[in-house]
Amino acid sequence: MTRLRTTVSMLAAALAVGALTACGGGQPSAPVKNADGSTTLNMWTFADVHAAYYEEMAEQWNEANPDKEIQLEVTVYPYEDMHNKLQLAVNSGEGLPDVVDIEVNKFANFVKGDNPPLLDLTEAAAPYKDDIVQAQLDLYSRDGKMYGYPTHVGAFTTFYNTEALEGAGIDYTTIKTWDDFQEAGVKYHEETGKAFGVASTGVMFLEPLITAQLGGQYIDAEGNVQVNSPEVVETLSMIKDMQDAGAVSTIPGGSPDSEEAYGAINNGDFAAIVYPAWYTSRFVDYMPDLAGKVAIAPAPAPEGAEVQTIGGGGTGTAIPVVSPNKDLAAEWLAFAKLSPEANVAVWEVLGFDPVNMAMWEDEAVTKNPENKFNKYFQTNLFDVLGEVKDGIGNFESFADPNWPTVDDTFRTVTLNEIYENDVPVQEALDQTQADLQNQLGQ
Amino acid sequence: MKQLLYSKRLAPYLFILPFLVTLAVFWVVPLGRSFVMSTQEVLYGQATFIGLDNYTRLWQDRIFWQALFNSLRYMVLTLVLLIPIPLALAALINSGIGSARIKAFFKASMFVPALTSVVVAGIVFRLIFAESDTAIMNQVAEFFGFGPVRWLRGDVTGLVALLAIALWRWTGVNMMYFLAGMQAIPTEYYEAASIDGASRFRQFVHITVPNLRPTIVYVVTISVYGGLAMFLESFMLYAGNNSPNNQGLTVVGYLYRKGIEENDLGFASAVGVVLLVIVMTINISYLVASGTFKKEAA
Repeated sequence: MTRLRTTVSMLAAALAVGALTACGGGQPSAPVKNADGSTTLNMWTFADVHAAYYEEMAEQWNEANPDKEIQLEVTVYPYEDMHNKLQLAVNSGEGLPDVVDIEVNKFANFVKGDNPPLLDLTEAAAPYKDDIVQAQLDLYSRDGKMYGYPTHVGAFTTFYNTEALEGAGIDYTTIKTWDDFQEAGVKYHEETGKAFGVASTGVMFLEPLITAQLGGQYIDAEGNVQVNSPEVVETLSMIKDMQDAGAVSTIPGGSPDSEEAYGAINNGDFAAIVYPAWYTSRFVDYMPDLAGKVAIAPAPAPEGAEVQTIGGGGTGTAIPVVSPNKDLAAEWLAFAKLSPEANVAVWEVLGFDPVNMAMWEDEAVTKNPENKFNKYFQTNLFDVLGEVKDGIGNFESFADPNWPTVDDTFRTVTLNEIYENDVPVQEALDQTQADLQNQLGQ
Repeated sequence: MKQLLYSKRLAPYLFILPFLVTLAVFWVVPLGRSFVMSTQEVLYGQATFIGLDNYTRLWQDRIFWQALFNSLRYMVLTLVLLIPIPLALAALINSGIGSARIKAFFKASMFVPALTSVVVAGIVFRLIFAESDTAIMNQVAEFFGFGPVRWLRGDVTGLVALLAIALWRWTGVNMMYFLAGMQAIPTEYYEAASIDGASRFRQFVHITVPNLRPTIVYVVTISVYGGLAMFLESFMLYAGNNSPNNQGLTVVGYLYRKGIEENDLGFASAVGVVLLVIVMTINISYLVASGTFKKEAA
């Protein structure tokens, strides 16, 4: 009896200790192979369309490398959730995937400090590096180390609903500068009573584009925020003037890239969307009613601007340094993101403007009449890109470690204050500057 | 070994050990770590001591004060709504009015919201308070003759939506607490009072409320904490942590934004420590003022 009781209490104690220590699983340190010799790679992404593309690239890889087969398991999480989950995982060093998509506005969070939790991918990129747009590689590099591979250039373009514009007697091909854009917008708004362009409060894309065209930055070369600098003030004033004149309006959902906005644009409530080139995929997937009615044209620019466009948005794909399969993952990822095959797939599956510029001139691919994007749009994306090719600027603020905080503050407060609450531009930007300086300890 | 296990002096400690261990592992240690981290700049695998820098930044941070104001405002308003209303409902159920079966159904249906997930409820409420004129609340607004309201864009209307969730979710729970308290009050008191000719209302004021005091103190204490620690409701209602002009941002929301979304865990720890100090200050002063710590008068 006594012995039994002692045994029971020992067991209970052992169980309690076991339960407490069981939490500390950790990542295996050696590569793990499946029974059939393949390696399972877990991947996280935040966009459904990306998953389809990576699965395609895994298949192509397995055909070309039967000795290094991979089994790709992609998990798609919502945007914020995935980045927060990843943030927690890298801080604890556990529960990490082998490969992960990190959106450019969040990327800086993951390369802070002297000891970033991501693998240096410079070496694996070597075979492909020379054909890739350097600005896009720089976006994901710190101190000469490349921590992520880009997906697209994301050059800004304008998507015009030509059917709606013809009704109002507007020829989109004559719109070259922001003045032209405003004039057309006012005319369209007066004729139809509908909105022309979009002033987003939920994303900040248009603002960096115009600031870059004006030659400004949100963060200076020393890393100090300067969001009330003359170029930024001019940018916001320009958009605010357009809004007051009726050329741009706020959109349901806060940005063109939201469910509510897809519906509104599909209905013809907005006629001109200035957005990065990857927005093609949103038209094809979410706005079927506009097929054949949308033309792609270069984004407007101020008269004589040196920078015509910049890369907007983007995804850097990275590998956590603790992944047991990191070497194989890096090799596959370089193939899946940078190789010529990959860049063809980026266009054919995703409809993005690929980072490998050699591909932009391959007419067999770009002009393929069977391509779903070529079928949808009246004009060819690559003709438009060809026009602005020499004017693609590198917007350094995007790569600054403090960009996530700047972007977040604008999307939460500043853009709302200016476009929704009619706070004067200078006042709103001075307030933002003060808030940011304090938040960032500058 | 045997002597150790059967020792009368040690046994009590052995019995409370599981509680002490969980308290230490899941509460005291993380709390201590938070204090330490709040004086550090934390980056991947490196933590630098920076003294009270995080606290000075916090003190000067307009957004933090805004979040604190939002949380305090929400806490006070939930107290104003979630004490009297459930109290009145509980008194109604406890009274002789109405059939027992209907009251049982009413009790159950008031309690159901507490069993649903805040995540699901938040999404449903977001749709109810959507901007479009076909959303339920805008249909109601239209019925009363005012145009579609952009509920989640305005500061006050957004607060109304948050309070609606709180009211929907917690009325039943608080009602149950009060009801349990009321049923523990001996019926003799009421009999004596009615013989003396006291009205129903006077009985409620002079018998029910004083006898319910321990329950009321308990409900107020957890509501203060619950109001100040609110996060998920706002997170779900605004589909994320970024509400227009931070109108839905709470202290915990700010902690989450700084620590998880912007990877500044040292600063976020400072936010957490300050929140703990505020909650403890309010609750301990309240408990002292309400006489909870005093020994019962013999």
